[in-house]
Amino acid sequence: MTRPGLRGLSAALLGATLLLAPPRAHAEDMVFVSTQMRPIEEAQKVRDTILKDAPAPVAYVTEDPPALPVRVKAEMQGGKHTISLIGALHGELQPLATMGALMTLDDLAARLKERGIPDEVMKLGQFGTGHQMYIPWMQATYLMVANRQALPYLPAGADINALTYDQLQAWAAAIQEKTGKRMLGFPAGPKGLMHRFFEGFLYPSYTGGVVVPFRSDDAEKMWTAFAGLWKTVNPNSTSYNFMQEPLLAGDVWIGFDHVARVLDALRQKPDDFVAFPAPAGPKGRGYMPVLAGLAVAKGAPDANGAMALIDYLAKPETQITTARAVGFFPVVKATLPPDLDPGLKLAVAAIAATGGAKDALPSLLPIGLGQKGGEFDKVFMDTFQLVVLRGQKPRAVLDRQGQEMQRILTETGAPCWAPDPPSQGACQVK
Amino acid sequence: MRNTRLAPYLLIAPSLLFLAVLFLVPLVQTVALAFQADGPGGAAWSTANFARMAGDLNFADAIINTFEIVVIVVPLQLCLALGMAMMLRHVQRGRDIVLWIWSIPLGISDLAAGLVWLAILTDQGYLNTVLNWLGVVKGPQSWLSYETPIALLAAIVVAEAWRATAIVLVILVAGVQLVPKEYGEAADVFGATPWQRFTKIMLPLLKPSIQTALILRTVLAFEMFAIVLSLGGRNFPVLVSEAFTWQYANQNFGVAAAYAVVVMVISLAATLVYLLALRTPPEQR
Repeated sequence: MTRPGLRGLSAALLGATLLLAPPRAHAEDMVFVSTQMRPIEEAQKVRDTILKDAPAPVAYVTEDPPALPVRVKAEMQGGKHTISLIGALHGELQPLATMGALMTLDDLAARLKERGIPDEVMKLGQFGTGHQMYIPWMQATYLMVANRQALPYLPAGADINALTYDQLQAWAAAIQEKTGKRMLGFPAGPKGLMHRFFEGFLYPSYTGGVVVPFRSDDAEKMWTAFAGLWKTVNPNSTSYNFMQEPLLAGDVWIGFDHVARVLDALRQKPDDFVAFPAPAGPKGRGYMPVLAGLAVAKGAPDANGAMALIDYLAKPETQITTARAVGFFPVVKATLPPDLDPGLKLAVAAIAATGGAKDALPSLLPIGLGQKGGEFDKVFMDTFQLVVLRGQKPRAVLDRQGQEMQRILTETGAPCWAPDPPSQGACQVK
Repeated sequence: MRNTRLAPYLLIAPSLLFLAVLFLVPLVQTVALAFQADGPGGAAWSTANFARMAGDLNFADAIINTFEIVVIVVPLQLCLALGMAMMLRHVQRGRDIVLWIWSIPLGISDLAAGLVWLAILTDQGYLNTVLNWLGVVKGPQSWLSYETPIALLAAIVVAEAWRATAIVLVILVAGVQLVPKEYGEAADVFGATPWQRFTKIMLPLLKPSIQTALILRTVLAFEMFAIVLSLGGRNFPVLVSEAFTWQYANQNFGVAAAYAVVVMVISLAATLVYLLALRTPPEQR
């Protein structure tokens, strides 16, 4: 390239950088990069509401999830650090920890212990290293929501906050017997999140894992049991994408979905619905936390400021402000203000009950699959379709789908994630 | 002199360029994508995408469902449109208004049409409300679930017929208007029955219009998507909805492209069949 060309290019790049620079980001402000709350309205809420009382001025910058490791790596290699605080999902922080780009936060974790972050959740922030790599920031998860009309049919002695899958089946069967209708619903439509139910709830609850025991005997029993449960499920479930709609319409009385996809029902009719944790199986109460954490970059220009900001963001008041503003829920023990939207209150209580359950078994979003995530989800949905909807015997289906799953894991080289035991190299289906 | 000979080509050049850039290039890319798969040394030519497509649990269903719809809907629409076009010939006053009302569905998008029928056929929809009021059913009755495949098929057929008969009708009405009245009057003089006039005069003269309508309708029917997706969702896979699922949900662009190639080959084959079967000999043109 000729010199004028080069100069032109650098001028263009400079111009682009200036244009793309976030508003009000002064050079001296601490930079907080986040892969969450990226849409402009949400980011603005973070700046105007959540960070309003921050201990020091913060430049809140958003970054697309795939771009985060690229940027962090570039700063590491270039030796010129701008990022102090990183906010991202558990699965997005893990590669950064592996890269050695995060500071250990053991002291801070000890100091924040009194905030009441559940131990299992705090421990996720160690990635099995024994050192705290990030502090849990905020969470979302999946819940069960039931219409109050369904409550009289609960099996005797069942505690709605500690249901088992057998009790759920008995409950739905009792409703079916009395009303003649199948009132249990799942979001198994084309845009529903049913695959997360298998990956984060059913599999861990029955097998204690997701990938490793995919075709185990426990898994075979699980699918047989789930096919039994499905007899009480509304057949329109294969069209449901957001459970708040059939719940509000009264088509189903009991539903499972991501909190963001039932929140409308809870907000519109808080007196008609109850929210509670998903059921437990023989191996525990599998649940999928959608957990975002806060990490400090190694070589951060303002590590102390970043830690002070983590402290601030983990305060109960800030956590409640966050829940109000963006619909992500507290990880710390937070006393809810009396004027909190009653629907939000239901969701917060159910999420707290899920994470705080004695038999809680957190199961993470798949990690390290990249673009193959969709095909990984398809393995579960295909198994569901073949075993539950088409009535095939689970053994043969699991053997075939297990091969498919292994192919995806081998191609991506993704190591196992919790609750499967950590693996060297690609996770292996037993 | 030379300029005038070049002029037509210059004038059609932009449209040719437009089609080449926005149609041929993506077409070639799609076909290339379908026949490539990631190997150890990067992308390589292979039929792996087609193997995965054919081995998928929904592939057979998608083929069967797609052909089922085409085989039922296209003849049904042709008969309906022929009948409507014939009736329209005898309408003197308000002909335009009738035609206008009949072609309303043409102005509605596939997805909107699908949602309209979903509102009618869903559990708490208008159909159940009416049936409940008439005492035919008690409480909500499912029509669109995987447990009621026949009702689901019927619903999709009705919705497709409602939405796309108008396009056939419009083409046939144009064709009917070109048929001179004298032929019918001459046949009348020789004592032909109305049915004879229809089959011996009207149908043969309409053949070019029927051919156009059938090609257009069949190709579109093989590509139907939004109505099926909104009514059937996961319960009624068709070829295009599977292509969509592989592209967006499964994020495997190779298999999605393989589906696209299959749809294209089927459409081309159908067009060829119509061109040959409904050929009008040159002396009749």
